[in-house]
Amino acid sequence: MASATPLPAEADGPAAPGARPAGAPVIEAIGLTKRYGRRTAVEDLTFEVRPGEVFGLLGPNGAGKTTTVLMLLGLTEPTAGRARVVGVDPTRDPLEVKRRVGYLPDSVGFYDGLSGRANLAYTARLNRIPAREAAGRIDGLLARVGLADVADERVETYSRGMRQRLGIADALVKDPAVLILDEPTVSLDPEGVAEILALIARIAVERGIAILLSSHLLDQVQAVCGRVGIFYAGRLIAAGTVVELAARGGAADDVVELAVAGGADPTGWLRSAPSVGDVSSDPAAPGRLLVRVAAGGGASLAADLVAAGFAPVHLRVREDRLDAIYRRLVHAAAADLPAGRPADAPGDPLPSHRGEGSR
Amino acid sequence: MSAAPGSRIRPRRALRPSPEPPPARPRSAAPARAEERPPSHGWRVVAAKETADHLGSVRLYVLAVVLTIAGVAAIYSMSQVIRGAAADATGYRSLFLALFTGGADPVPAFVTLVGFLAPLLGIAFGFDAVNGERADRTLPRLLAQPIYRDDVVNGKFVAGLLAVATVLVAVVAFVAGIGLIRIGIPPTVEDVVRLVLWVALTVVYVGFWLAFATFCSVAFRRAASSALVAIALWIGLTLFGVLLATLVANLLSPPGSTSADQLANLRLRETLERLSPDTLYLQATRAILDPRVTGFGIDAALASQSQGALPSTVLSLPQSVLVVWPQVVALVALTVVSFGLAYVTFLRQEVRA
Repeated sequence: MASATPLPAEADGPAAPGARPAGAPVIEAIGLTKRYGRRTAVEDLTFEVRPGEVFGLLGPNGAGKTTTVLMLLGLTEPTAGRARVVGVDPTRDPLEVKRRVGYLPDSVGFYDGLSGRANLAYTARLNRIPAREAAGRIDGLLARVGLADVADERVETYSRGMRQRLGIADALVKDPAVLILDEPTVSLDPEGVAEILALIARIAVERGIAILLSSHLLDQVQAVCGRVGIFYAGRLIAAGTVVELAARGGAADDVVELAVAGGADPTGWLRSAPSVGDVSSDPAAPGRLLVRVAAGGGASLAADLVAAGFAPVHLRVREDRLDAIYRRLVHAAAADLPAGRPADAPGDPLPSHRGEGSR
Repeated sequence: MSAAPGSRIRPRRALRPSPEPPPARPRSAAPARAEERPPSHGWRVVAAKETADHLGSVRLYVLAVVLTIAGVAAIYSMSQVIRGAAADATGYRSLFLALFTGGADPVPAFVTLVGFLAPLLGIAFGFDAVNGERADRTLPRLLAQPIYRDDVVNGKFVAGLLAVATVLVAVVAFVAGIGLIRIGIPPTVEDVVRLVLWVALTVVYVGFWLAFATFCSVAFRRAASSALVAIALWIGLTLFGVLLATLVANLLSPPGSTSADQLANLRLRETLERLSPDTLYLQATRAILDPRVTGFGIDAALASQSQGALPSTVLSLPQSVLVVWPQVVALVALTVVSFGLAYVTFLRQEVRA
C-alpha cells in the first residue's frame, strides 16, 4: 500500500512555535483504513497527537476527515489498521474512549426545546458525573464560553455561533483528556470564527489537553494548530509543523504587509533593495503594500527600512505559505493517484480562505 | 456491514488473537468511579430524559384528550343503557365491566375505541425516536457519550411505554370514575383486577406498535416516511387483515362442498388472522373483560355445542387468564420481534447518514 510519509517525529531545525510536546501520544493511528464497499474513504492513515498539542487535519470536503474522527471515537469500525486513543483501542473499548474524549461533531445539534444548561446536564448524566459536581462544572463552562447569560434559555433561540460555543462546552463537560473538534468554525460569521478560534487556543493553553481539529479552512488551521496533517482523497499526504511543511514544500518566500508613516511611498526604494523580490499594493487595504522577501527576511526588511529613513507603522509577515504548500502537495498527490480516483480536487482543492467565513 | 463498535455485541476483531497484548487500561483516572459503575446505566438516563420530553409534549396531551372524549362518550352512553335496563342486564356478570365492553349504538364500546386508537399511541411515541435525533443532529453527540448504542433504543422504548401507560391509566381511571358515578354499583375486586389486567394487556399491544414505529424511525431517515409506513401497517392490519386472511385461506385450502373442507378453510383463516396483533389483542380483551368467553373461533363454538355448555357459563379470573395466555404470549413475541428488528437495524447503522 502506498504509505503516507509524515515527517520524522524529531525533525531538525529551530524550535517552531508548534514544537512537539513530550509525552506518550494520546492519539495514535497506525495504517488506519476505512472502505465503504469499493470506495476507500481513508487509506493507510498514520499519525499521532501528543498531550498539549493542537493538531490540525486539513483537507477538502470529502477527504475522509470525519470518517477518521469517527474511527478514533469508535463510532465506526476501521476496515484495517488500528487506532489508539488515550491508550485504548476504540474498536475494542469504545466506552472507555468516549469517557475520556470530548467530541464536537460536524454541525452539532442540540435538543432545541431544552435550555443550554439542560443540554449540558444531560451530557453530564450520560457521563455519570454526580449532579452537584456537574452543576458547578457546567456553570464554569458556560461562563467560559460566554453563554452564562443565556444558559437557561431554550437552545432554539441561540445563534449558530452560540450553538458552536455550547458544543465546545458540551465536549468539555466530561473533563476530557482529548478534544476532537470536527469543522468547528463551519458556517459561522467572521466574528464567530474569531471567537471560536480564540476559545480553542485558550483551551489548549489552559488545559494542556490534546486537541484534534479538522477543517477545510487553511487560515484557521494555521491560526491555532501546532502541527498540521494535510489530507487528500483519504490519504495523509504530509504532516508536520507549518515550518517543517514549508521546508519540505520548498517555499522560499515570505509576503510582508507594510505601511509607513507620513504618506511616504517606499515603493521605489523597495524595488531597488536587493532583498526584495516583488512589490504590489495590498488590494485589501489601501495604502498598504505587499512585499515579497526571502523566508525569514521580514526582520531585516524592517531594519533596512528604518535605516533608509522610512518609519514602518505596520509590518506583518503573512503566513500564506501553508496555502502554497497545500496547493503544491495536493496537486502532486492528485497527479500521483491512479486514474479513477475522485477528481474533485485538482482544479481548486480549497476554497479561497479569505472571506470564507462570511458564507 | 458489521456490528457497530458501540454495541454490546463484541466486534469480530476482538475474537481474534491480538497481535500485541492489550496494555493495562488506564483506570488510574477514576478507579473509584469505575468500581461503582453498574453494567449499564445509559438507558435509564436516556429513558428519564425522553419520558420528561414526552410528558411535556403536545402529542401526549392531544392523544389524552382524544381518548378521554371518546372514552367519556362511550362510557356515558353505555351507563345510560345500564341505568335504563339494569334489571334486564342479567346476561352480564358484572355491570362494571359491561361499562367498558358494551356498546350502545351508535357509540362503540370503550374497549373497541381503545383497541382502534392504541396503535396510534404507539406510533405517536415511536415514529421519530431515532430519525428525530438524526434530523436534529444530536445523534453523533449522543453516541459520543460513554453509553452503549442499545441504551439509546432501550431508553427510548421504555420512555415511550411509560408515556403510553401514563395516558392509558389516567384515561381509564377517569372514565371508570364517571361510569361508577353514573351507575352507582361498586365493582368487585375481581372486576378491578380484570380491568387492570386489560390495561396491562393494552400496554403490551401498544408496545408492539411502539417497537414497530421505532424500527421505522431507524429504517427511514425522514420522520414523515416513518410515520406513513407505520400507519400503513396499522390500517392494513385492522382494515384488510381479515380480508387478506380469507383470501390466503381460500387459495391454500379452498372451501369445498364438504363440511370437512369448510372446517379446514375456517381453521386456516383463523390461524392466519391470529398472526395479526390486532386479532390477538381483540380476542384477549374479550376474554379478560368478559368471563363468559371460554375460547375463540370455530373450535370453541364446536366445543361448547358438543358439550352442551350453557351460554351462561362464566369463568373465574385464573380460568380467563388461562384462556388468553396463548394470545398474550403471541403478542409479547410479536413485540419482541419488532423491537429486535429496530435494535439490530440500529446497531448496524453507520452514525453518519
